Amino acid sequence: MPAGLSASVGHKSGHKPVLDAADIGRAVTRIAHEILERTRGAEDVILLGIPTRGVPLAGRLARCIEQVEGRPVPVGSVDITMYRDDLRLRPARALGHTDLPTAGIEGKTVVLVDDVLYSGRTVRAALDALNDLGRPRAVRLAVLVDRGHRELPIRADYVGKNLPTSQREVVRVLLAEVDGQDAVLLGASPAAGTPGRQEGARP
Amino acid sequence: MNRHLISAADLSRDEALLILDTADELARVADRPIKKLPTLRGRTVVNLFFEDSTRTRISFEAAAKRLSADVINFTVKGSSVAKGESLKDTALTLEAMGADAVVIRHSAAGAPHRLARWVRGSVVNAGDGSHEHPTQALLDAFTIRRRLGGGREAPAGAADHQADHQGEGLDGLKVTIVGDVLHSRVARSNVLLLSTLGAEVTLVAPPTLFPVELGGWPCTTGYDLDAALPKSDVVMMLRVQRERMNAAYFPSEREYSRRYGLDSSRMALLPQHAIVMHPGPMNRGVEIAAEVADGPRSTIVEQVANGVSVRMAVLYLLLSGLDPAKATTGADR
Amino acid sequence: MTGWLIRGARPLGGDPADILVRDGAVAQVGPRLAASSARGTQVIDAGGLIALPGLVDLHAHLREPGREDAETVQTGTRAAALGGYTAVHAMANTDPVADTAGVVEQVWRLGRQAGHCDVQPVGAVTVGLGGTRLAELGAMADSAARVRVFSDDGSCVSDARLMRRALEYVKAFDGVIAQHAQEPRLTEGAQLNEGEVSARLGLTGWPAAAEESIIARDCLLAAHVGSSLHVCHVSTAGSVEIIGWAKSKGWQVTAEVTPHHLLLTDDLAQDYDPVYKVNPPLRTQADVTALRQGLADGTIDCVATDHAPHPLEDKETEWETAAFGMTGLETALRVVQHAMVDTGLLDWAQVADRMSLRPARIGRLAGHGNPLAPGAPANLTLYDPAPTEAVDPACHASKSRNSPFVGMVLPGRVVATFLRGVPTVLDGKLA
Ligand SMILES: [Zn+2]
Repeated sequence: MPAGLSASVGHKSGHKPVLDAADIGRAVTRIAHEILERTRGAEDVILLGIPTRGVPLAGRLARCIEQVEGRPVPVGSVDITMYRDDLRLRPARALGHTDLPTAGIEGKTVVLVDDVLYSGRTVRAALDALNDLGRPRAVRLAVLVDRGHRELPIRADYVGKNLPTSQREVVRVLLAEVDGQDAVLLGASPAAGTPGRQEGARP
Repeated sequence: MNRHLISAADLSRDEALLILDTADELARVADRPIKKLPTLRGRTVVNLFFEDSTRTRISFEAAAKRLSADVINFTVKGSSVAKGESLKDTALTLEAMGADAVVIRHSAAGAPHRLARWVRGSVVNAGDGSHEHPTQALLDAFTIRRRLGGGREAPAGAADHQADHQGEGLDGLKVTIVGDVLHSRVARSNVLLLSTLGAEVTLVAPPTLFPVELGGWPCTTGYDLDAALPKSDVVMMLRVQRERMNAAYFPSEREYSRRYGLDSSRMALLPQHAIVMHPGPMNRGVEIAAEVADGPRSTIVEQVANGVSVRMAVLYLLLSGLDPAKATTGADR
Repeated sequence: MTGWLIRGARPLGGDPADILVRDGAVAQVGPRLAASSARGTQVIDAGGLIALPGLVDLHAHLREPGREDAETVQTGTRAAALGGYTAVHAMANTDPVADTAGVVEQVWRLGRQAGHCDVQPVGAVTVGLGGTRLAELGAMADSAARVRVFSDDGSCVSDARLMRRALEYVKAFDGVIAQHAQEPRLTEGAQLNEGEVSARLGLTGWPAAAEESIIARDCLLAAHVGSSLHVCHVSTAGSVEIIGWAKSKGWQVTAEVTPHHLLLTDDLAQDYDPVYKVNPPLRTQADVTALRQGLADGTIDCVATDHAPHPLEDKETEWETAAFGMTGLETALRVVQHAMVDTGLLDWAQVADRMSLRPARIGRLAGHGNPLAPGAPANLTLYDPAPTEAVDPACHASKSRNSPFVGMVLPGRVVATFLRGVPTVLDGKLA
């Protein structure tokens, strides 16, 4: 499990804030509106967060859409651990929850939600996982931060912030639900990681 | 996690909870239309059975297949194992086949320890003589947690799938294990694991079926089942083999079942919420009466289903991050 | 015939002295013997080495005939010489069993031909070790091998009446019955000392009472018929107590302990490595302590190796199917130094007593176990207690590798062994 990193620790260890709580709030609101626009009022839309931080983000998007549209959007989560392509390379990890809305995903427009888009391998795993859960009409991708360096032909449909980074850097997303505060930090990687090993903020 | 799972003593509380929590998630895969996960694609799991146990083999086989591993069943008939050399020869064969995990069942205590010296893959003990059967203990712990976790009274009937027991141990639960402790690998593994998870274990058996010295076993013992039952949240009945009679461990089946069998009248001594477990296969009418085995407080069928989830968790956790050839260069994939 | 002048050795660990060996016997012992007496002799500088009478083993399995894949008389006696032994008793559980004059003479002759040390065959007590009919003990006693020690070692003479008769019968030729004390019904399928460790490992327990009850019975029988009983490889504290009690009565009871029971305990079995599987089994620390004390105070008369070589395939298996036994000839003296001398329980004179004098007396070997004095046969061992080294069975002369001391750092090194004035080992190597 990623240890919640407090901002002060982040600053001290050389991570500089690139988004604050207000920036994150605005980004979420904007994504919510874009989803509404492009899905004609979010009809038949299901938001599925990718644990860990994609799940609270999906919840925020859902609340935002509900405020605008006046009706609830189904939210859930899809854990991708068992679909990762690097299981041989890393110590075993605890599984996240997969929680589908009771109606299922059949024929729906699924919006996958994650905090950081990097190599694209997490999303690839999520697509595989969805495939075993049903057959959605369409799958879209929403991320808070896109930091580039894709290794697969994958792009996001909704992006909160495009953040040019070098591969030596680490992006850390902190969310109040998990970390006690909202922030996006950028810092130097302790070890020169490659995208394949280091997806976004996951340690 | 260790590379192998040979004894329940290998597991710390955190590791045991990780297995149970993982199994909790994986149990939900059984409810999906597609019950398969791609996790162990390309990995080979060998079920190496020197002793007949169809139920255990099938459980491991289902677990490995749900994780997309290639499964090879290797059954060595007891009679052809005239000498032990075949274990080493077999190990070398498995090495040549590139087994990533070997699930071994053997009538000799310690056979998994020996095998672990001769193969590179992970060794999972599926029961070795009178020594241990750690995945049985894990599935028992899992079953107890599902039924009694969170200190709630068990809802009579099916397991409560909605309950979230992540990270919970079995703290304070009183588990009574009854029967042939001396020869039982299930008892050994359960004493170790359940106490690691915080349960208070009591062993009940005739004095002949206890080891002479229990030394540091983390449990209490007694000879009187009726005295133990009113204090039990869980009563686990062990299989007693009829041939023990011939070695004078007890005078007759009748007497055994009178003193140590679980029948309806003894059920009345149990608290309302208590559950009845049995690792199977049962001797109905000896250690457990048929109406008890089939009653609503019996978890025997659930234990079988839970076995698959727990074994999936074990295989997943043992085989993740364990590719020695790639682990060193893995960073530069 | 040439002689040897051994310069500066410490007989029984005492003050340095020179030892002159001539014509197979000790000619002179004294401080700085005149060079003239050394004429025509080879000189060995033995400064710092301890001189002991050649060691005598009452209990070794040389496996020939029958299991030449495990050991032969040739390889076993090489191992013995390298361990400082000048005489070993070869146990009777060969194939065919040493239960006739023919077989014991064959073993005895093989020993003479090999020449590394004297091989004294032990005769079986019962035909084929079957435990039902007495073997022809008299014929073996009268044979060229002059058998005096009889044992069914490996199995116990459990029939009380048969044991009584055997004890009585051997009185006619001053024989002794060496009993492997193991009550068979209490040890069916037994694998490991019955206690905490066997309970945890799920291995069938081997109760101390199975050994002690037989020893107690046999002491009573020996007393009743006025004969000599020797108790093989005593392994429990209770056995020591019973033997002490029998000795206090003045009964003719003697006993041996193995090096491994003086050092190792049952918890070594925790990884189920059969190199620690032995009969009788390794016991607890309390037993080890009592055995050491018993050897120190003389309740236990001697150290015997129970050298039991096995080929690799009989040990590279599951614990339950593996063979019982450990090699020991090449490590015995080092283990005794470690367990008994370095702990202050025995001095070197007492080591000589427990590993040479007393076993020779129990085995009725007149030519061995004599003090290092003029006129005695020149059977002696030069031992350096100073070096320490890890035990590496791959370097052993025994054909088998099943040493439980593998990897243990032990003190000491046998530098030279002389058999009737002829070196069998020099500079730690076969001469
Ligand atoms: Zn013996």
